[in-house]
Amino acid sequence: MKESTESQEVKTEQQAQNEAGSSREMAGHEIFVETLRDVGVDTIFGYPGGAVLDIYNTLYDETKINHILVRHEQAGTHAADGYARSTGKTGVVLATSGPGGTNTVTGIATASMDSIPLVVFTGQVPTDLIGNDAFQEADIVGITRPITKHSYLVKDVSNLEKVIHEAFHIANSGRPGPVVVDLPKDMIKQKAQFRGIDSVELPSYKPVTKGHETQIAKAANMISEAERPLFYVGGGVTLGDASKELTKLAEKYNIPVTTTLMGLGTFPESKSQSLGMLGMHGTWYANMATTECDVLVAIGARFDDRVTGRLDGFSPKSKKIHIDIDPACISKNVPVDIPIVGDVKNVLPTLEKYMRQPEVDEWWETLNKWQEEHPLEVPQKDGVIMPQYMIEKLSEATKGEAIVVADVGQHQMWAAQHYTFNYPRSMLSSGGLGTMGYGFPAAMGAAVGNPDREVLCITGDGGFQMTSYELATAVEYQLPIKIAIMNNGYLGMVRQWQELFYEKRYSHSTMKSANPDFVKMAESYGAVGLRATTPEEVDPMLEKAMKVDDRPVVMDFVVDEEANCYPMVPSGAALYEMIESDEE
Amino acid sequence: MANNAQNNGEKNESPKHTISVLVEHNFNALSRIVGLFSGRGFEIDSISFGHGQEPGLARITITTHGDEQIIEQITKQLHKIVDVHKVTDLTYEPLVERELALIKVYAPPSSRSEIMQIVNVFRAKIIDISPEKLTIEITGNQDKVDASIGMLRQFGIVEVARTGSVALKREFQGST
Ligand SMILES: Cc1ncc(C[n+]2csc(CCOP(=O)(O)OP(=O)(O)O)c2C)c(N)n1
Ligand SMILES: [Mg+2]
Repeated sequence: MKESTESQEVKTEQQAQNEAGSSREMAGHEIFVETLRDVGVDTIFGYPGGAVLDIYNTLYDETKINHILVRHEQAGTHAADGYARSTGKTGVVLATSGPGGTNTVTGIATASMDSIPLVVFTGQVPTDLIGNDAFQEADIVGITRPITKHSYLVKDVSNLEKVIHEAFHIANSGRPGPVVVDLPKDMIKQKAQFRGIDSVELPSYKPVTKGHETQIAKAANMISEAERPLFYVGGGVTLGDASKELTKLAEKYNIPVTTTLMGLGTFPESKSQSLGMLGMHGTWYANMATTECDVLVAIGARFDDRVTGRLDGFSPKSKKIHIDIDPACISKNVPVDIPIVGDVKNVLPTLEKYMRQPEVDEWWETLNKWQEEHPLEVPQKDGVIMPQYMIEKLSEATKGEAIVVADVGQHQMWAAQHYTFNYPRSMLSSGGLGTMGYGFPAAMGAAVGNPDREVLCITGDGGFQMTSYELATAVEYQLPIKIAIMNNGYLGMVRQWQELFYEKRYSHSTMKSANPDFVKMAESYGAVGLRATTPEEVDPMLEKAMKVDDRPVVMDFVVDEEANCYPMVPSGAALYEMIESDEE
Repeated sequence: MANNAQNNGEKNESPKHTISVLVEHNFNALSRIVGLFSGRGFEIDSISFGHGQEPGLARITITTHGDEQIIEQITKQLHKIVDVHKVTDLTYEPLVERELALIKVYAPPSSRSEIMQIVNVFRAKIIDISPEKLTIEITGNQDKVDASIGMLRQFGIVEVARTGSVALKREFQGST
């Protein structure tokens, strides 16, 4: 199988010629690996197959790039996504043609909805077979077109190096997003000159970064004169690494801050200006603040329907300022008074420069009163672990310093509400697509990218089973992830909707009859499995779990089965029309 | 590829827009543009694709309709496509716009001369002739093409092929 010997022989002549210059002739698979090193890739999440065997052959000797062998390409894509969200670097996936490529689709769509920089390399059948329904052929560029920022099918090996550079540049600039690069097998085999490119020229792609100064000054004036200003902060502040700038601005002028799920951690929740999360399961006071404010400043947020509730009831009294790097986001769902297109990291300091202290004392009196009167509840029940309690315990055990990766469901919303997020890039969750099965593999990616930090995956008994096979990967690479399963025996979020809006007809939302024994499951993979069924068992279990540092730990929290997540804005309702608790 | 609304003689409520897109000449780009319309629920009334002036670039002319907010989204979303160089909504500018249509119509001796008159009025051309049918070539803006098809309908139209609009900004507007 070692085809590189053949290529080496042919190479010698060329090599001699190019000894002095940087240009060398190489096979596509070598150009591939060499270029990945050049763009700074240190980790690939991948899975081999026929179309990419040449690349894997080259990776066999590779020492600088760490390849993580996942157990399924979907999980590989989520892992690369978790790596990207937690580090800010671009996540890299390598999959084979056909099913390898199609398995990445859910992961790409997840990344696309949350603007996560990924480059997904897929093998493809040789160019002369494309379109012939060849073995393991799938039009992956076509399939992923609507869920990628850009895509390439490499048709000439001498473009490969340039394409890779462009792919990484596009994925992680402007509004980031996933890029697919499809590599036909002959393009991986054929030879071309490796040039050592160090810059990218894309005349049609020039993302705006600096905001318009007069617009910013106008906005600053509007906020300075506001009586009830509010910062509504989204994932753009995470992606733009503007947490410091935001924190400085909000603290200096004492402006309340509410964040979306994607913005959690960009403003420390332990600071007095934090109102927590807004939206469907936001805090009562954040949603009321949004409703009552007179100037709403959307910072890297996109007025998603899970945040706004019914549009005609969304922040009806406010003038709106919207800062975003993507002009297409502005005035898409909600008309805006002052649009500012630019990178939040540049815009916020300029805004600070032009701002004066607004008169916010009265506003804070109201907000403080709301926070006292309508806090997030942590209910207690004798002998039963309540979900909210579980999250508070996890927050405590990790001192609020873990990278938390939440799956999708009730546990995700409780995690968002009850964990105290104080650091950016420390709450990873599939916000836009709401992909169950995201959490655990994304946590692996975070663990690979942040070996010195605690990684906590908060997941459901339903969602965990969608990607639990990755325990094998986590054990193989000794990733000490703490997996906390909120085991309520239900597809809890579905059950909650069925309880509230479908007369408790729990149609196909019960898991408990056939849930596995998660402790045994963990053990069978060589991971640590622990269980707590009463509140008293929680602390000892956490203590044991936190000591493990060489393998994943699965903690099965058997929690109250039919607890509901509140506050809740029913779909179709306005933000202020929250259900606050079970009606007796 | 011209189609729908106008052909059926229905007038659309929302204003018509002519959008010109300068883009890399490749199918990925074209697919992205078309996919953007279908994926986001925008409409294409006509679309034409051809080489632009610079090598490697294509000019795509799209006619669409929608309220201001929809058109703004369309132009912004088009602009986001990496391969798109330039997006111009020509609607607000003086423009020259042309479409070409080939119309095959039943033309028995009894109606042939009347058809020829209509052809003359529209400064169209007859480019194919047979004992029963004529094929007419007409060039003009979409309204003119619509009108001529409307006038010919009474004779029985066999087939129509339309190119969709192409448009450029008008350079000289009568004052210096
Ligand atoms: C792939 C996928 N399928 C279906 C859903 C719909 N869905 C959203 S939450 C949920 C229930 C999740 O159950 P579980 O993982 O046990 O979490 P819980 O709500 O009980 O905390 C479902 C089915 C989804 N978000 N993703
Ligand atoms: Mg559950």
